[in-house]
Amino acid sequence: MDFIAKIFAMAIAAIFVQNFVLARFLGLCPYIGVSKKLDSALGMGMAVIFVMTMASTFTWLIQTYLLIPLKLEFLQTIAFILTIASLVQLVEMVIQKIAPALYKALGVFLPLITTNCAVLGVAILNINENYNFIEAILNGLFAGLGFTLVLVLMAGIRERLERAELPHSMKGMPIAMIVAGSMALAFLGFSGLKI
Amino acid sequence: MNIFKEFTKGLVKENPVFVMALGLCPTLAVTTSVENAIGMGLAATFVLVMSNIIISLIKNFIPNKIRIPSYIVVIASFVTIVDMVMEAYVPALHKNLGLFIPLIVVNCIILGRAEAFAGKNNVVSSIFDGFGMGFGFTLALIVIGGIREILGVGEFLGFPLLSENYKPILVAILAPGAFLVMGLLMGLMNLAKKKEE
Repeated sequence: MDFIAKIFAMAIAAIFVQNFVLARFLGLCPYIGVSKKLDSALGMGMAVIFVMTMASTFTWLIQTYLLIPLKLEFLQTIAFILTIASLVQLVEMVIQKIAPALYKALGVFLPLITTNCAVLGVAILNINENYNFIEAILNGLFAGLGFTLVLVLMAGIRERLERAELPHSMKGMPIAMIVAGSMALAFLGFSGLKI
Repeated sequence: MNIFKEFTKGLVKENPVFVMALGLCPTLAVTTSVENAIGMGLAATFVLVMSNIIISLIKNFIPNKIRIPSYIVVIASFVTIVDMVMEAYVPALHKNLGLFIPLIVVNCIILGRAEAFAGKNNVVSSIFDGFGMGFGFTLALIVIGGIREILGVGEFLGFPLLSENYKPILVAILAPGAFLVMGLLMGLMNLAKKKEE
């Protein structure tokens, strides 16, 4: 029971209270860049959930069974970014072979994910927070879910904004930032949640 | 003259943050105070200049297909150096910037310059390009950090700037403030550009 309660608290924290985009400022480039259309936002979100979970799994294994026994912790940054880059490449190839339909939907987003700082961010956070293997995987999954949630919400808002009458100089990026600010303000309300 | 141009273009005309909208994550995350902004800016400038030097030197030996992974390894090595040096000599700042120091690796400004400039130009102009872009990034961070620190705490670099009766707008140094300040600044930049035309 204790374990389930802890997992639940982690989920709430990663999705709402410490949302990766709005509270931790990770993964802003895709958040602003890929949020113009609802369906592409959903595709990107799915790809990020998948890669984040995989990356959390593999980076945790590499840190625990390779870097720490060999006393190579200082290579963490290099090892993690290479793991993520090759992982993304591998995932891309596997999906292309096994599920061509899924590849068509996610394909364009996969290469972009390598430089999504949320993926490297969650890998390093898992280590800093001393999560065990299961917690690390779940944290990656929840972080991805939180990212997808705000990305999809943002895309919904921006599709409407397209038709709004705005001052010319506020169109595009500036108004997207203001909308993100209001969303962050709303999400700040979740910080009262204590579990 | 040409080299001078490589340096100044990064400051205003091609400012990586305001004009090209690159490197948004660290820009918004560390600008809660001017001190953090300067620390982050200088750390990124160091990585940018050093990786520009190395990449422009080895560009002819890297096969085209694996150039991006090679660039990332070069960048990650310098980020590791910065991370360790800062932890040793400025532990307080290192703690404030936290996660965002290792994340310099995925800062799109650095990989962007490697791909767009250092991989095609000689060492000298790559150095100036690195310094220009780095200082442009630092400048943008200081502007945003300054606005947020003045509004949110009433201080600039720790010196009280506004009268004691000033009630700080706390939200400016919280997460939403970062987005709002950034959005308004980008809007103002667009307005200024339109006026110029």
